Amino acid sequence: MPGSFFFLSSGLFMGWGLGANDAANIFGTAVATRMIRYRTATVIAGVFIILGAVSGGGGVSRTYGQLGAVNALPGAFTVAFAAGLTVLWMVRLGLAVSTSQAIVGAIVGWNLFSGTPTDTGTLYRIMSTWVFAPFLGGLLAVALYLPARRFLNRTRIHLLRLDSYTRAALLAAGAFGAYSLGMNNIANVMGVFLHDSPFRDLYLGAGLTFTGIQQLFLLGGAAMALGVLTYSRKVMMTVGSGIYALSPVTAFIVVLASSLVLFVFGSQGLQSLLLSLGLPALPLVPVSQSQAVVGAVTGIGLARGGGNINFRLLGKIGLGWVATPAAAALLAYIGLFFMQNVFLQPVFF
Amino acid sequence: MKKFFRSRARDIEEKIEEYLCCISKAGLIFNEGIRDYFRDKHGRLEERRQEISQLEREADELLKKIKHDLYAHMLIPESRGDVFELLDDLDDIVDTTKQVLLQLSIETPAIPPFLREDFLDMTGASINAVDELVRGVRAFFMETQMVADYVNKVFFFEKEADRLEEISKRRIFSSEETRLSCKMHIRHFIEKIALLSDKSEEIAKNLLIYAAKRSI
Repeated sequence: MPGSFFFLSSGLFMGWGLGANDAANIFGTAVATRMIRYRTATVIAGVFIILGAVSGGGGVSRTYGQLGAVNALPGAFTVAFAAGLTVLWMVRLGLAVSTSQAIVGAIVGWNLFSGTPTDTGTLYRIMSTWVFAPFLGGLLAVALYLPARRFLNRTRIHLLRLDSYTRAALLAAGAFGAYSLGMNNIANVMGVFLHDSPFRDLYLGAGLTFTGIQQLFLLGGAAMALGVLTYSRKVMMTVGSGIYALSPVTAFIVVLASSLVLFVFGSQGLQSLLLSLGLPALPLVPVSQSQAVVGAVTGIGLARGGGNINFRLLGKIGLGWVATPAAAALLAYIGLFFMQNVFLQPVFF
Repeated sequence: MKKFFRSRARDIEEKIEEYLCCISKAGLIFNEGIRDYFRDKHGRLEERRQEISQLEREADELLKKIKHDLYAHMLIPESRGDVFELLDDLDDIVDTTKQVLLQLSIETPAIPPFLREDFLDMTGASINAVDELVRGVRAFFMETQMVADYVNKVFFFEKEADRLEEISKRRIFSSEETRLSCKMHIRHFIEKIALLSDKSEEIAKNLLIYAAKRSI
């Protein structure tokens, strides 16, 4: 059993890094502009990430299961480890990296190694969201930005009152963003361990059961929250004051738009609702918070006349769509070979 | 929570409004003080000077409270620096009006009657510039997109004051009735009055930048 938990460590490390990095997308501007205290931001982010992961992470994780059911714990460890290494590698190369793309590449690497056929339908569905998510982020940001600008230009709200409203809005959007992040991205942290979870269902009484998957997601969510609490300050300051340089009101729109992207690609409830209304539903796929943010910022840049667009960054995102999964697949393949032949651990059944 | 935020913000909003009223009033009193001087009502001028001194003290007190409250309650962290700079710069305008009236009251320059209208027009243009600036500052807090309109008016009145300053200087220095020492003395007052519009223009330029930073 302790060995089982050791194999979860690569996923937990991934969660820690994801939490530290993506909390900055949610609260970076608010903290860097001192609209929200760092401690308040981290506590809200931590709590809502865990809530999102435990209550809504199942749907997205199943999509990864359809892509490749990693069925041995050492194999899952290697897949998550390869994805983590890829993220680190791509970050060092300065590419706009996405954890989702790394995990997908690593799962395909496992499929190749284990001889499991890759479900190309699921793969294309996932890949199409990589392109679609930043676009949707941009569209939603424009849809929120234009009426907000119109409203603020027409109403006479004093700077001081606008400031307090903006703080409340940033807190609410941040909480929603953290919830959506936990719900959507828990699959990147714990998705590959779904088939080999060391946790068993716990009956809590009064008809309530704390499922093994929920326990797994709680652990992953806690790792993400720990990343937020221990390592997000520097990233928040960089995102908040360096890369995007947003005003607090624009930051609220960007956070809300990118969080909505994560929400629509992660919520089973929304998917069921749309299907019950006979409307087309979006697939439940983990998407990159950072890339949704870049899409939202670009959308606002276009709405303001196109002066603020960082085409180099957009080019790097495009390159990341190909380079990240390819590198992750390669690293996973090599890692699985070593795990199987050097450490003599079963990586698939 | 909402009530807590609102009352605190409202309180500071009111202080800022009071502060802006002090600046506007100082401009109006200054204008009347200059008129009193030309009407030879030196007693009234002294009263105006004291009124402006009182206003300056009130403005200083308000500024201190506004700064303290904005810091203590961590309000508008992003625009706080700009707001402080703006309000500090406005304080210079009250200082200048007080200084000019004090100097007039002490030095009683012998301004020839042919310069009277030019002086009054120039004072009017300078005070109009101050007035439009205060309106612009109000717009900065309430309706940012209007700031540019007021700033353009400040620029207009500053140019007008500059033009009148030049005319006055040419007229006094081309006069053969006045001694050079008097000419120099009068020039000092011409420049001091025109300084009000120059300062307003300088603040208005910064105001445009602060407003651009606030636009979403």
